[in-house]
Amino acid sequence: MSGPLDITSWSCPVPLRDHPNVVMGHGGGGRLSAELIEHLFLPAFGRTPLADVLTQLGDAAVLDVPGAGDSAGVRLAFTTDSYVVHPRFFPGGNIGDLAVNGTVNDLAVSGALPLALSVGAILEEGMPLDELGIIAESMGTAARAAGVSIVTGDTKVVDSGHGDGVYLNTAGIGLVPAGLALGPGQVRPGDAVLLSGAIGMHGIAVLSVRDGLEFGADLITDSAPLTPMTQALLGAGVAVSMMRDPTRGGVAATLNEIAHASGTGIAIVERDVPVPDAVRAACGFLGLDPLYIANEGKAVVFVRGADADRALEVMRGVAVGRAATRIGTVTSEHPGVVVARTGIGGTRVVDLPLAEQLPRIC
Amino acid sequence: MKYLDEFGDPDLARRLLDDIAATVTRPWALMEVCGGQTHTIVRNGIDQLLPEGVEMIHGPGCPVCVTPLETIDRALAIAATPGVIFCSFGDMIRVPGSHGDLFRVKSTGGDVRIVYSPLDAVRIAQDNPDKQVVFFGIGFETTAPANAMTVQVARRQGITNFSLLVSHVLVPPAITAIMESPSCRVQGFLAAGHVCTVMGMAQYEPLVAKYNVPIVVTGFEPLDVLEGIRRTVRQLEEGRAELENAYPRAVAPAGNPVAQAVVEDVFSVCDRAWRGIGVIPRSGWRLAEAYADFDAETRFDVSGIITTESELCRAGEVLQGLIKPVQCEAFGTTCTPRSPLGAPMVSSEGACAAYYQFRRLEQPA
Repeated sequence: MSGPLDITSWSCPVPLRDHPNVVMGHGGGGRLSAELIEHLFLPAFGRTPLADVLTQLGDAAVLDVPGAGDSAGVRLAFTTDSYVVHPRFFPGGNIGDLAVNGTVNDLAVSGALPLALSVGAILEEGMPLDELGIIAESMGTAARAAGVSIVTGDTKVVDSGHGDGVYLNTAGIGLVPAGLALGPGQVRPGDAVLLSGAIGMHGIAVLSVRDGLEFGADLITDSAPLTPMTQALLGAGVAVSMMRDPTRGGVAATLNEIAHASGTGIAIVERDVPVPDAVRAACGFLGLDPLYIANEGKAVVFVRGADADRALEVMRGVAVGRAATRIGTVTSEHPGVVVARTGIGGTRVVDLPLAEQLPRIC
Repeated sequence: MKYLDEFGDPDLARRLLDDIAATVTRPWALMEVCGGQTHTIVRNGIDQLLPEGVEMIHGPGCPVCVTPLETIDRALAIAATPGVIFCSFGDMIRVPGSHGDLFRVKSTGGDVRIVYSPLDAVRIAQDNPDKQVVFFGIGFETTAPANAMTVQVARRQGITNFSLLVSHVLVPPAITAIMESPSCRVQGFLAAGHVCTVMGMAQYEPLVAKYNVPIVVTGFEPLDVLEGIRRTVRQLEEGRAELENAYPRAVAPAGNPVAQAVVEDVFSVCDRAWRGIGVIPRSGWRLAEAYADFDAETRFDVSGIITTESELCRAGEVLQGLIKPVQCEAFGTTCTPRSPLGAPMVSSEGACAAYYQFRRLEQPA
């Protein structure tokens, strides 16, 4: 590299100026992450033939397949995700099954039937091989359960102290049936907002075993493939507008992204959002809001209002969606903003988190 | 869920609101002292549900917000010192100093760690004998006992690489300062329940008597806050000014004598500057002489700090209950949680952050 970076050439460097270095919040799935993508990565990655696919910032990119013959109209969904969870073993799972299910789910909520995954493993010198073996076994088991094949991979080792045992990257491809159009552009006022089950389980399960914070939570991660449910919904012909899995930043971040991208408002009823007691208790004493806690086996599903009951019936017919419920409605009021009716009848804005939530002082 | 659902029950909330509405005959201005209560009020929309005329003024009870800028700058300087592990509660990490915040120190190589218990910081000191470990001991009377215990434990275990950067503040002198202010509109107080869990209620008797103002010790769940408001309004309507306990499940009149003894041993009362408000006499705690060797301010050379506060920020007026956050020109424009001008926009208990997060759709009055 020659000379210092000229940050004035970035599209709008102002939001990045406050933090001349990467801060943890840039990876938190909130506003800082969005700004990093919008102001640093997108401008740099532009001016390629498929750049417009990138700018949609979907869970997965959906690509036409040139030369494959478009008679069938099937398109390719393509996604990638990296996994740096700490600790790498947590109640109900580990970094391995998380890395498979996470990428499978990004494909599933894009409407795709997942086909194949790649795995990139960055290992730290000194990582015990028996632990790595358990993680690899978990990946295989999760892939088989999700009906997806791991078909290629890569392994790198970094010096001791330069990693946290193991980091995983998985990329995945899947097939999107002809004619299926999902995404924020399809969301309309009157759409029902459905949630496939209770929230906050993954985030709290991981926190409950984190260094310095061990607390006994009667809880395991919800990490699971969503494919059976998403495929059932699409197969039943339910009028789905879009689906998304509320991982980092939780349901609040997901709803905000959709409100923003679709130009609609979203109104939810706080009491209708299922929160397990253990999640509520942990959030209560840590000063966290369950709406912002990560999930790894849940989907937020937008369907036409008239199809809400039928969609719920289909979702509840699949194990991963057994506790599916309606949490809100898309509205033409307050475009771009998510509003919650509170438990005692007031209302509040549910904001996009800035970064990861910080535990309260008292 | 037990002990949570009951205190957020919509039917009971409605009954309390109806009772308040039936009691009120004229406007009243109440102050909830604690930022935790501000959060409950704004998050649940309690202020929207109260009958017209009952106004909630948000008090200075967010410890993060009132920690003086000079102390934040000291923390940043200490945290940036090579060989230091700087431990803090999560809230403090993003509070703006004159130049940046602790996140920024961390991103430029400082070893800044969020701890959940102050004693974790002592353990970190034990595990890292070649490092200086500093804990940022801030907060009201609530956090003081646990913070105080760190130096007791460190001394007992002979841990010498641990020190405390102390900026504790006290509620009763703040109530005095508010009542003595010429612009004071407050007619009744919801006292912070958890402060009283530690310190008991006796300190508030003289305030009730001197200022003829009702003080109701209040909890933090929606029904707790509504009950505190109901009792305060009832006193005002009946012309009474008394000290009441609306949070008996957590507050014993004598408080927690064990915690008080720890605090008594480790801290001594001092004058303290409150960010945005100014110096309030005898409103803080610092390390007592006997523990002076654990004082981070003397262990690290962090004198001569020149602070620069935003000229636009009206946090002081917000903290004194003189304006609502939305009445500040910078609110939501130049001052947002991602680039806060003042601490109340940072902490989840800060009034500005609570309004920004939950009330952005409202227009300034």
